[in-house]
Amino acid sequence: MSSKSHDVEALIAQKYRHGFVTDIESDSLPPGLDEGVVAAISRKKREPQFLLDWRLKAFRHWQTMREPTWAHVHYKPIDYQDISYYSAPRAPADAPKSLDEVDPKLLATYAKLGIPLHERARLAGVAVDAVFDSVSVATTFKEKLAKAGVIFCSFSDAVHNHPALIEQYLGTVVPAGDNFFAALNSAVFSDGSFVYVPPGVRCPMELSTYFRINAAKTGQFERTLIIAAEGASVSYLEGCTAPMRDENQLHAAVVELVALDDAQIKYSTVQNWYPGDEHGVGGIYNFVTKRGECRGRNSKISWTQVETGSAITWKYPSCILKGENSIGEFYSVAVANNYQQADTGTKMIHIGRNTRSTIVSKGISAGHAENSYRGLVRILPSAAGARNFTQCDSLLMGSKCAAHTFPYMEVRNPTATVEHEASTSKIGEDQLFYCLQRGISAEDAVNMIVSGFCKVVFKELPMEFAVEAQNLLSVSLEGAVG
Amino acid sequence: MLLKISQLSARVAGKAILNGIDLEVAAGEVHAIMGPNGSGKSTLAQVLAGREDYEVTGGSVSFEGRDLLAMAAEERARAGLFLGFQYPVEIPGVNNVYLLKAALNAKRKAAGEPEVDAYEFLGLVKEKMKLMQMSESFLTRGVNEGFSGGEKKRNEVLQMLVLEPKLAILDETDSGLDIDALKVVSKGVNSLRDPGRAVVLVTHYQRLLEYIVPDKVHVLSGGRILKSGDRSLALELERRGYDWVKESRVA
Repeated sequence: MSSKSHDVEALIAQKYRHGFVTDIESDSLPPGLDEGVVAAISRKKREPQFLLDWRLKAFRHWQTMREPTWAHVHYKPIDYQDISYYSAPRAPADAPKSLDEVDPKLLATYAKLGIPLHERARLAGVAVDAVFDSVSVATTFKEKLAKAGVIFCSFSDAVHNHPALIEQYLGTVVPAGDNFFAALNSAVFSDGSFVYVPPGVRCPMELSTYFRINAAKTGQFERTLIIAAEGASVSYLEGCTAPMRDENQLHAAVVELVALDDAQIKYSTVQNWYPGDEHGVGGIYNFVTKRGECRGRNSKISWTQVETGSAITWKYPSCILKGENSIGEFYSVAVANNYQQADTGTKMIHIGRNTRSTIVSKGISAGHAENSYRGLVRILPSAAGARNFTQCDSLLMGSKCAAHTFPYMEVRNPTATVEHEASTSKIGEDQLFYCLQRGISAEDAVNMIVSGFCKVVFKELPMEFAVEAQNLLSVSLEGAVG
Repeated sequence: MLLKISQLSARVAGKAILNGIDLEVAAGEVHAIMGPNGSGKSTLAQVLAGREDYEVTGGSVSFEGRDLLAMAAEERARAGLFLGFQYPVEIPGVNNVYLLKAALNAKRKAAGEPEVDAYEFLGLVKEKMKLMQMSESFLTRGVNEGFSGGEKKRNEVLQMLVLEPKLAILDETDSGLDIDALKVVSKGVNSLRDPGRAVVLVTHYQRLLEYIVPDKVHVLSGGRILKSGDRSLALELERRGYDWVKESRVA
C-alpha cells in the first residue's frame, strides 16, 4: 500500500475542460449591494411592482441574517460588497428575439461546452434554455412546446408573459427568507428558467438549462421555478460550467418545484462548475437551495444529481411530501478531488399519509478533498405509514481525503418505517490490482470501479445525459489513482 | 524457457519473505509449489504478477526472455501472465463479463489485434462457462459480487480460459472447494494444458494434484525452494509432512 500511494498522489491531476473565457461585451452593475442595486436589477428587467417589493423584503430580511457555519466546509469570509450582482452580455439595444439574433460568440461558447443551441439540439430532441452570467440567452423548441401547452422560458420572460403564475407560485416552496443564501438570491436573482406543464400533459421532450458564469467578479443568482399541474409530468436537466479564474466566484441559486395531484417532476443536475486548481486556488462557491413540494396526492419529485465541480458545494435538494401517497427521491453522486469541499445531501419532510422517500448518496473523495453527506429525514405526526430508505456510500481514493456522514432522523409517527445503510470503502488497492492483473490500465480500472460504485445513480439520469455524466466523472477523477 | 527465476528475493513491510528462489518453468509443463503456511508461496505469486506492495530486493525473472520485473503489472498480464487469486475481490456494480471483455481487449490491443466482436465474445464466454458449470446469471452479476468462495474460484478459472495465458499461476485455487467443484476446476485447468503454455499451481494439498497431474513439484519453506522432484514428492510430503523436508535439508 505505502509504495503505491505516492503514485496515487502523483497522478491526482485535475483537468477542467470548460475553463475558457468568452470575450464578450457585457453590461454589468459595479460591485456592491444595497437597496439601490436591488432596485436597479428590477428596473433593468422592467419588473412589475410586486416583484420589486418581494425582492426588497427579501433583501431587508437578508441583512438581518448571518451566513450559516454548520456545514463541514471552510472558506475565507465572502465580501458581499465586492461582487457584481448583474452581468449581461450586451445585446444590440433589444434582447434577441430568435437564435439568429444571438451573438455568435455566445453560440460558439455554448457549442464549445457541448451545448449546441442549433441543429444538434434539434436532433437530440432536447429543449435547451441557456443562461449566460445573469441572463437567459436562448430557449430552443419554444414553439413545439407551446403546442403541447408547456411553458418553458427564461424567468424574465415568465415575469412579463405569465405574471399571475409567478405571483402565485414564487417563494411558496423556498420562502424569500428561508436561509441566508436563498434570501440573497431572492433579493438579487437575475434570471433562470421557468416551466409550467398544464394539467394532464406529459412534457413531450426533456427540458434542459445550461448555466455558465463568464464575467469576472460576478456572482450568479439564478432562480428556477417548475410547476407540474394535476397529472402532468416533466423531466428537466441542468448543467453548469464556468471559466478558470483564480478568485472564487459565488453561485447562489434557488430552485423551486411544485407537483400537484398525480404530477411527476424529475430534476437532474450535472454540475461541473470550475472546482479550483490542484492547489485549491479559485473555483466556484456553490451555495444552492433546491426544494420540491409534492403538494398534491400521488405526486412524485425525483432529484438526481452528479456533482463534480465547484470549490465548495453546499446543497441539499429536498422534498416536502405533503400530498398523501406522494414520493420523494434523491439520487446523488458527489465527487470531490484536490481541495474541493462538498457538503451535500437532502431533506425529506414527510407530512402526508403513506408518503415514501428514497435516498441514495454516493460520495467519492480524492486528493485532499472533504466530502460530507448531510441528510434529514423528518416524519411528522401526520405522516402515518410513511417510509424512508436511505443508503449512503463513500469511496475514498488515496489517503489524504475524507468522507463524513451526518444523517439526521426525526420520526414522530410510530407507524413510520425508516431504514438507513451506510458504508465507507477505500478504492481497493486490491480491486485496482485485480484489474491491472487482468491487463486493464489503471485509468480504465478506476473508471470502471467508480462507475460501478455510481451505477444505481446513473441509471436514474435521462439516457442522453447518463453518458455525459460518466465522461464527466472520468475527467474529474483523471489520474486520481495510478 | 518460458519462465526463469534466479535468486529472487523480496520483502514486504520490511520483512524478508523470499530469500533466493531459483525456478525454471518450460512451456508445456505443470509445476506445483507446495509448502507450509508462511513459506512465501503467495508472495512469490504476487511478486511475479507485479504487486507493488512487495519490494524485490534481489535476483531476476525472465518471461519469454523479457525482464519481467521491469514490466508493469498490466503489461505482464497482456504479455500472457495470469494470476488466479487466492481471494478474488468483489467489484460492486462492475459487470463480470464487462471486466472480462475489457481484459481480453486490453490484451488484444497490446498484441495489435482488433477488439473482439461482441457476439463472438459472448459465444466464447458461454462455451467456457458451460465447461465450468456456471449458470448464465454470472453474465449479469457484478465481479465476484455476492459469489460464494467456490463460485469465485470458478470465475477465476473462467477468466483464465477466456484470456488463454501463456503462464497461469493459480494461487490456492483449490482451497475451499468441495470435491465436485474441485473436479470442475481441475477440468478447466486441464483444458488449457497445451505445449505452448505452462501452469504453476500453488497449493497446500496433494489432493489437487490427483486431478491436475504436475510434471514437477517444489517444496517452498522459509522463502527458498528446499526440494524439487516429480509427482511422487507430493505423495511423500503428504505422508511425512513438511518437517521431513526441512530436516532432510539440515541433514
